[in-house]
Amino acid sequence: MNAVLTESENNGSVSLVWETICNIDELVPNIGARALLGDTQIALFKVDDNVYAIDAYDPFSEAAVLSRGIVGDLKSEIVVASPIYKQHFSLKTGICIEDPSVNVKAYAVRVVDNMVQLGYEPKD
Amino acid sequence: MNDSGEKPIIAVIGNGMVGHKFLEYLVENNAGDTFEIVCFCEESRVAYDRVHLSEYFTGKSAEDLSLVVPNYYEEHGITIFIGDPVEKIDRENQQLISAQGRKFNYHKLVFATGSYPFVPPIPGKDREHCHVYRTIEDLEAMQASGKTSKVGAVVGGGLLGLECANALKNMGLKTHVVEFAPRLMTVQVDDGGGAMLRSKIESLGVVVHTSKNTQNITEGEQCRYKMEFADGDALETDMIVFSAGIRSRDSLAGSCGLELGARGGVVIDNTCQTSDKNIYAIGECALWNNAIFGLVAPGYQMAKVAAENILGDTEAAFTGADMSTKLKLMGVDVASIGDAQCRSQGAKAYTYVDEPNEVYKRIIVSEDRKYLLGAVLVGDVDDYGTLLQMMLNGLPLPEFPDSMILPRREGDAAPAGLGVDALPDTAQICSCHDVSKAQLCEAITGGNTTVAQLKSCSKAGTGCGGCVPLVTQLLNSELVKQGIEVNTDICEHFPYTRQELYHLVRVGKIKTFDELLDKHGRGHGCDICKPAAASIFATCWNDYVLKNEHAALQDTNDHFLANMQKNGTYSIVPRVAGGEITPEKLIVLGEVAKKYNLYTKITGGQRIDLFGAQVHELPLIWKTLVDAGFETGHAYGKSVRTVKSCVGSTWCRYGVLDSVTMAIDIENRYKGLRAPHKLKFAVSGCTRECAEAQSKDVGVIATEHGWNLYVCGNGGMKPRHADLFATGLDDATLIKYIDRFLMFYIRTADRLQRTSVWMENLEGGLDYLREVIVDDKLEICDELEKEMQHVVATYECEWKATVEDPEKIKRFRTFINSDKKDDTVVFVEERKQIRPATKEEKIHFKQLAETA
Repeated sequence: MNAVLTESENNGSVSLVWETICNIDELVPNIGARALLGDTQIALFKVDDNVYAIDAYDPFSEAAVLSRGIVGDLKSEIVVASPIYKQHFSLKTGICIEDPSVNVKAYAVRVVDNMVQLGYEPKD
Repeated sequence: MNDSGEKPIIAVIGNGMVGHKFLEYLVENNAGDTFEIVCFCEESRVAYDRVHLSEYFTGKSAEDLSLVVPNYYEEHGITIFIGDPVEKIDRENQQLISAQGRKFNYHKLVFATGSYPFVPPIPGKDREHCHVYRTIEDLEAMQASGKTSKVGAVVGGGLLGLECANALKNMGLKTHVVEFAPRLMTVQVDDGGGAMLRSKIESLGVVVHTSKNTQNITEGEQCRYKMEFADGDALETDMIVFSAGIRSRDSLAGSCGLELGARGGVVIDNTCQTSDKNIYAIGECALWNNAIFGLVAPGYQMAKVAAENILGDTEAAFTGADMSTKLKLMGVDVASIGDAQCRSQGAKAYTYVDEPNEVYKRIIVSEDRKYLLGAVLVGDVDDYGTLLQMMLNGLPLPEFPDSMILPRREGDAAPAGLGVDALPDTAQICSCHDVSKAQLCEAITGGNTTVAQLKSCSKAGTGCGGCVPLVTQLLNSELVKQGIEVNTDICEHFPYTRQELYHLVRVGKIKTFDELLDKHGRGHGCDICKPAAASIFATCWNDYVLKNEHAALQDTNDHFLANMQKNGTYSIVPRVAGGEITPEKLIVLGEVAKKYNLYTKITGGQRIDLFGAQVHELPLIWKTLVDAGFETGHAYGKSVRTVKSCVGSTWCRYGVLDSVTMAIDIENRYKGLRAPHKLKFAVSGCTRECAEAQSKDVGVIATEHGWNLYVCGNGGMKPRHADLFATGLDDATLIKYIDRFLMFYIRTADRLQRTSVWMENLEGGLDYLREVIVDDKLEICDELEKEMQHVVATYECEWKATVEDPEKIKRFRTFINSDKKDDTVVFVEERKQIRPATKEEKIHFKQLAETA
């Protein structure tokens, strides 16, 4: 099981704090799930044994709906389509395919002992 | 305005199809820069499509038939006076005066006054319920008479007469056609073709009387009137429509001294000029070479010639017109080309008659058998386009000319000289709008790669529609020749159209997306192909949509079996079949809405929509609803939605049949059926049509003779009236046709293509659809019915299945790691119910919370 962003990929400037979200088996392949990381709503996806995490909040519709979109690939980029106005967001980077000037945040994910963990920068 | 206008004036009298075409030619040539253009229109509405007038009876409105784009005249500086005919012309002073007293000094004057229906001078012809067939007002009057009549007679067995007869038949009248000549359609067909046409029309229940000269119309005994014939016979009828030919509307022209023909018509020369060089005449009022042309294409040619001459092109000339026609009368195909009567010097004919299949074909060839001079086709007109082009372009006939009409059996090579490639560039493909092969090829090269695009950019095929098959052939052949590839793949994951995918799934018995991707696709799939595949699987195998292998394919609406609204909450619409609901169930809906604080609204489909539920609330709400006997309404799916109904004969004093029972039966039969797009139905209990069935994909209207079935209508962004598909059906036949229609649509439509667009793109349109569904031309009806039977037999309520499965309910959690509610969902109260907060309101509430 791979996590998308590992600690080493995160430039190491700030060490991340990891929060355990759920057991990996609770995620159904290609179907998103919504999680809370503090007050922030996160959309989690399991695709081909990779786990991805981006903001659940869709900047176009201004509603927390991205975990409920259809997962797929566009020119090999793994994406989710917003269920409201159908824009696609890269699950790796959070960038909107139709309008690259718009992006949602992509989160560091790792799986430890079958538990999915999200990494975030600690507040000062 | 009077005669002080600065620019010289071109005045047009008449705003029919030809008059309007003339104005279009002026606009195309920027005549407005040099001339003031005025037009006088006697009717109460601007130009409309008289060729398709009969479609007024099958649901087209006056607006649908209009030929004038709204504001067209205003935008192009044309002044039009509606309901104001010209009454007087002073040729010496070049001045005209209208009925309402408008005076203009014209530079050029154009008569486009058209024709009037000829009514034989029979005593009694002016009685009430005696009509002609020319204007929308005439049709309205016919319709009104039809409502109080049981029997109708049409005097005249020509093209328009048979169209009238069809209209009467569709109104449910016992219909008679009375023709003076010994055969039908004397102008267009020969004796053999006329006989075949007669037998086909009679087998449809219309009684044909030939060689009948009506002498008197008197009071009837069983019916309102009695028509007495010269041979002593008589016919009883409640209403009469005269369609015995046309006469030029030349009285104004005659009264100002223009030369008229012996039997009427304003005499014109090759430039469409009358005996006065400042006055032109075009269309059915004009007499050229002692002939009046009663078709629209020659009228359009005259309009062009007159416009060009007035604007200074003295080369333009009208040199006669081809009177070939192809039409469908009461479902019978008839075509006539060139010298159909074999009157040319030395002409020889080949005739093919297939009595069992009621097909008659005859070609007339030159004495040396090298060239085609004419043809008559009844029952099978597929070769019309090819034969017409051969005749018009003088293409040489094959060695054995009879190969042109003999049936081509499997293994036979196509006869030489056939096909669109053989045509010269100058060949006129669309005679109504004078579009040549070269023009179409240019449009195709310019990127118009569908028939619909070609129609809209070139107008080809938008007149009588007879050339559409040829336009399609040309398009396909040019695309191949020019190496233009039209990508019709559904998405990057499957190199197939939706129709092809459907076929692959059905034939390959493919049950899952992984298998489909594995065998026919690539990549992971996407939000285009996944829901399309899910819909196809649902139609073919009808598995539970949230089964593990299907769940990830569903749009969020299908995934949560509810309709996502703008703030990410869902609305819930339980099925209320036919719009009929008990007080007990209404109370349950009210209680649920109250308990979960849901916004409640009545939908357009006669149901109740409950808004504002969060994901985790959906199974709780549905548990209550299922226990109370509700089923899912599939408002979230591309599937059968509702069958709207009026109360029908049970309660309504006007009701003819029990529309509510029929609506409930239809809704219960097709509930859960997945399709390329949503499907809406309605059933009206009488022709007052309170259920608005003519705006639905499938509309059913009760008549005294049974159910009338309408198909392919819709409301929405581009509303379309449904087309009358079949009349006087019993319950079983109605259901059979709907079964076949729906399955054929699901089988062949594109993704997200509603029935209206699907039909408009179907080559052959409504007629083709009837051939497939009523006549079983493709021999697939058994299969279509079986496929539908499978869907009906395997129906289960998705919500009932879901609330009974704890594993599935788990997916309805808002958060995987918390029991909190989604705090981005904020409601405010409006008119005593909730509504989503606006962005400003949300910010306001947040500030309040933070300061608290």
